[in-house]
Amino acid sequence: MNGEYDEAMRFEEVTFGYGSSVVIDRLTLSVPRGKLLAIMGGSGVGKTTLLRLMAGLVTPQQGQVVVLGEPLSSGNLKSLYAVRRRMGLLFQFGALFTDLSCFENVAFPLREHSDLPEQMIRDLVLLKLESVGLRGAAGLMPSQISGGMARRVALARAIALDPELILYDEPFAGLDPISLGVTAQLIRRLNDALGASSVVVTHDVAETFRIADQVAVLAPSPSGARLVAVGTPEALQASDDPYLRQFLQGQTQGPVGFHYPASDLEQAFFPAGSA
Amino acid sequence: MSAPRVADRLSALGQWAVEHLAALGRFVLLFLQVMARMGPILRRWRLVVAQTHFLGNHSLAIILVSGLFVGLVLGLQGYYTLRRYGSEEAVGLLVALSLVRELGPVVTALLFAGRAGTALTAEIGLMKAGEQLSAMEAMAVDPISRVLGPRLVGGAIAMPILAVLFSAVGIIGGWLVGVGLIGVDPGAFWSQMSEGVDFWDDLANGIVKSLVFGLVVTQVALYMGYAARATPEGVSRATTLTVVVGSLSVLGLDFILTALMFGDL
Repeated sequence: MNGEYDEAMRFEEVTFGYGSSVVIDRLTLSVPRGKLLAIMGGSGVGKTTLLRLMAGLVTPQQGQVVVLGEPLSSGNLKSLYAVRRRMGLLFQFGALFTDLSCFENVAFPLREHSDLPEQMIRDLVLLKLESVGLRGAAGLMPSQISGGMARRVALARAIALDPELILYDEPFAGLDPISLGVTAQLIRRLNDALGASSVVVTHDVAETFRIADQVAVLAPSPSGARLVAVGTPEALQASDDPYLRQFLQGQTQGPVGFHYPASDLEQAFFPAGSA
Repeated sequence: MSAPRVADRLSALGQWAVEHLAALGRFVLLFLQVMARMGPILRRWRLVVAQTHFLGNHSLAIILVSGLFVGLVLGLQGYYTLRRYGSEEAVGLLVALSLVRELGPVVTALLFAGRAGTALTAEIGLMKAGEQLSAMEAMAVDPISRVLGPRLVGGAIAMPILAVLFSAVGIIGGWLVGVGLIGVDPGAFWSQMSEGVDFWDDLANGIVKSLVFGLVVTQVALYMGYAARATPEGVSRATTLTVVVGSLSVLGLDFILTALMFGDL
């Protein structure tokens, strides 16, 4: 069943929203096998929602999500779990199990999904921790390590079963410059070493452009997030779309205003009839 | 009062009722989901054992101390009443029957809701807030059979054991007061008790009661944590609700169970 797909992940006209508000409107997007796609956009544009859709944690209201050649459907829990076993998801803050040590966190998916002997689990866990540079932290509890380290332990856990697709939710948020560089290189290296495909959701322009094969930029709009551009980092740099220019260069002036929509300024401070 | 205001109130009342009915439905649904996964849950027997040990140990001290004091008070109050009829020797029987049939299961369940139940709700709520449950789902591990199931089974096993311990310590309390303090004949104390307490009618029914309470209180605690909003306020509200809903369910169910079990007496 493995190996029968060209696109690691494909969105087909996907629409999703919470309540009456539409977050994503008829989005079509795909990740070629073996590539690293970065999804970028401002805060609150729905990037994390995209990841949750890819992992099948939420179901699209319309359209279809196809992951590793299998269409996701919440109705068929068995096939959904089978696909999830072939992918790894790194949460923004790691989401480590706080009652388990770093070692046991990484061992968790191995223990749940395999009957490997204890010795082999130990070797695998230490290998995975070594690949994120934290073999020495195996015995520590999540409360004893820094946020950046927690994210790397979570990454080791996400790749414990050698996934074919790895999803990253804001892997660079809140990291110091050194951890940031380390994490970015790690993401690229793991993608190539595992022969996997990756999706990175982020708003860190510099690091992302250094490691991504393709970048998709989302822009907010009243009717749900809109795809502004998809292409190689070079192609996006050369684009003259006004939103893209503002986003990539971090300009304060542009299509995205500073103010949240509000009533007229004069009306707010000098209501008619108050003077 | 004008007509629109009446309509507003009626619709608010209707909405309240619908919301609570829906919550009850989700509660029952979650219980059925756990029950449907009983096979995989029991295969994780190590987790079940760990949770039974954890939940039982959590409440053991408070259960034993409360049991002793309840027994002491029952001994005193029982003696006070029985003396009027010249049947002080029956104080052992009175203490044992009160504990085994009612106070053991009920008070244990109330204490369990406050001690272990709140801990469970906060634990599940914080796991949810820290995205640990989502992370589990993303790793293709079902949180209902990995996290909720072993806790529910653990609670259902721990509660009857705790209730039995509560009653046992309570009887010792009654003995301390009756025989030690007041001077009731020890032979009469114990023989009246062993004559008057029936294994099936009293002991077994009390254990069935506490099994039901264990399931209900633990399920309430798990549901509250699982359904909590993933914020500090949400978790704190859920913890309070566990005690309120858990305790009221125990008292309500106790009446129903008593009526069913002892109805013919």
